Amino acid sequence: MIRSLGMRALAALSLCALMMPGAAAARDLTVVGWGGSSQAAQRQVYYGPFTAQTRIPIQEDSWSGGLGVLRTRVQAGNVTWDVVQVEADELQIGCDEGLFERIDWAAMGGRDAFMPEAVSDCGVGAVAWTVGLAYDGARLREGPASWADFWDLQRFPGQRTLRRGPKYTLEIALMSDGVPPSEVYNVLRTPAGVDRAFRRLDQIKPNIIWWTAGAQPGQLLASGEVAMAAAYTSRMYAARRDDNRDLRVVWNGSIFAVDFWVVLRGSSNRDNAMRFIQFATRPENQSRFPTLAFQGATNLQAARQGEAAVAPSLATYPDNMRVSVPLDVEFWVDNIEELTQRFNAWAAR
Amino acid sequence: MVRQPISRLTRPRFAAWLLVLPLFLFSAATFVVPIVMMLARSVQDPELSRAFPQTARLVAQWDGRDLPPAAVMNSFIAELRAARGTEGLSFAANRLNSEISGFRSMLLRTARTLPAAPLDDPAAALARIDPRWGERSTWAAMRRASGPLTDGFLLAALDRQRNDDGAIVRVPEERAVFVSVLIRTLWISAAVTAFCLVLGYPVAYLIASLPAKIANPLLVLVLIPFWTSVLVRTTAWVVLLQRDGLVNGLLQRLGFTDQPLALIYNRTGVLIAMVHVLLPLMVLPLYSVMKGIGRAPMLAAMSLGARPFEAFVRVYLPQSAAGIGAGCLLVFISALGYYVTPELVGGGGDQMISYFIAFYTNRTTNWGLAGALSLILLLATGLLYVAYARLSRSSAASA
Repeated sequence: MIRSLGMRALAALSLCALMMPGAAAARDLTVVGWGGSSQAAQRQVYYGPFTAQTRIPIQEDSWSGGLGVLRTRVQAGNVTWDVVQVEADELQIGCDEGLFERIDWAAMGGRDAFMPEAVSDCGVGAVAWTVGLAYDGARLREGPASWADFWDLQRFPGQRTLRRGPKYTLEIALMSDGVPPSEVYNVLRTPAGVDRAFRRLDQIKPNIIWWTAGAQPGQLLASGEVAMAAAYTSRMYAARRDDNRDLRVVWNGSIFAVDFWVVLRGSSNRDNAMRFIQFATRPENQSRFPTLAFQGATNLQAARQGEAAVAPSLATYPDNMRVSVPLDVEFWVDNIEELTQRFNAWAAR
Repeated sequence: MVRQPISRLTRPRFAAWLLVLPLFLFSAATFVVPIVMMLARSVQDPELSRAFPQTARLVAQWDGRDLPPAAVMNSFIAELRAARGTEGLSFAANRLNSEISGFRSMLLRTARTLPAAPLDDPAAALARIDPRWGERSTWAAMRRASGPLTDGFLLAALDRQRNDDGAIVRVPEERAVFVSVLIRTLWISAAVTAFCLVLGYPVAYLIASLPAKIANPLLVLVLIPFWTSVLVRTTAWVVLLQRDGLVNGLLQRLGFTDQPLALIYNRTGVLIAMVHVLLPLMVLPLYSVMKGIGRAPMLAAMSLGARPFEAFVRVYLPQSAAGIGAGCLLVFISALGYYVTPELVGGGGDQMISYFIAFYTNRTTNWGLAGALSLILLLATGLLYVAYARLSRSSAASA
């Protein structure tokens, strides 16, 4: 009895082993997003319609960034992710390291069809998102108008929340100190500029609560824990729509950046992955995304076709673009280590 | 002699080893080897010598005074041209960027703009592309990164660095974080362990001394949080401890305070949440040891004339010492690696060492520094464990 059971188990095991390579070869196209409301919107306008049209099933996954994750996957030769949505700094370093397949721009409709920030040899811009000043209109009758007001503890008493880390925080500190958006990175590239930013942060240090997950600023505003936040603007508008909150965004001095679709090198679904990117960046498909996710379209025609009512809540809206500053990816790739160390030494003092 | 029975004993033991073999291979492949590889990273420095093998050798021989000789520059220019567009160049650029911020973009820009024709004056040509190539500190950074082995990451993990002359110095005050983070990590873990012991000991004692009918439901109450995800429990504390949260509401209604207290996004929040998350790890070993002691020794001591307190201190406490040791060790060592909880309920100055290990592993892929920080954490943990083992052995010997 025991022996026959053992034989059966062995047979089953060897059957599994036989089927494994076959299963790996037939792996579904895997698309990796950032979870939350933005991936829910992607599911609705990209994943579902793509499968319906092409009969290519999509396996979803989500992650929270980090070049190390991608590097280990590609180097181990175990590429189970095909399409990944990455941030601009991951795109730049990963492209230099050869982690991504090259984009055939002719198949994507040409480089000119996209906003210049969304074009790269290794990726196609997926969305344009923003970090901006947000507050709860139900709590602050007369709201702030700029980052300088963020520092005004007399007129706006209470706590503030910023993202823990130097990125966005130092830019915001300088803008609050009167540095015009266009000059922020020039100032930050000098040691005196970095000192100035930290000195400015010193002034409200006891009043800062640091957030790490993108969902936190909305929660902190809603619970009254903080009076103002530096937050992902898309989440503020989503909370307006879904939770009936009067969260408002000040576009003045906001920082915008582009996320990219990339295909990991060595993907066994390379062609379908490129087809997916092509599908997801076509104007008629991408123009439906901002309405759901409040993140801007990167395809210029998609940006024009989008719903007019949503346009003013997007990074790509001309009036918003005029008063905002694009994230300087090269600056952060060069300086993130040193400034993160410095930020943490400062925060612990 | 008893030769026959021994050989009969060894055969099943060999079979038992065979049964353990899959687990052994599994943990060696998925646990031991990656850890050793990661720790080895803390002294390896292969990037530069892989991208520019000859330059790395030459710059290592340079005496470090003034600027390196023309041979170094010529070899560098030739190898930089050859490395253009390869991933090796990007790895080398990342490595050099951790020596001097901005080196990455400077190196990549230099590689892009380097003219194809041979150069008469390599030093001047490089300095025309970026004046920093004319500075000694740039080349000193290359010499430090020339590999194949380095002590730079371990020094950095201790807030030390080699200056341009190769002497070990402290990093500037505003960049010194890792020593204080290590001390903070040990301190938070010790405080959490102490709180867990003070809170957990009476609970374990109570459950161990109650009849099973009442004890079992109580034990389930200890186990349910143990089975719940750390993330869920941490988030629950955010709801409870925030400014307008339940705890502050209760304190204000009861008149303990007028202003809401700052219970979260600071050290208080970290301690509360971590103690709650780790408490079962203290209660369960204590309970299992106490269950074995039973009530008899206490009763015997008291029947011999000891007052209850004396009986507890002289009879019960020493017998439960094994549980205290096991519980404290479990809680302390688990606490050392905590990451999610301080991240969500801590403030700017409450991040523990795992936060930095994750940062360098994932965000900047500076695996050398990540490995060095891991090594130092592992060494600190190992030393504390050895100290604990010594202490418990000597106390067991004296008892």
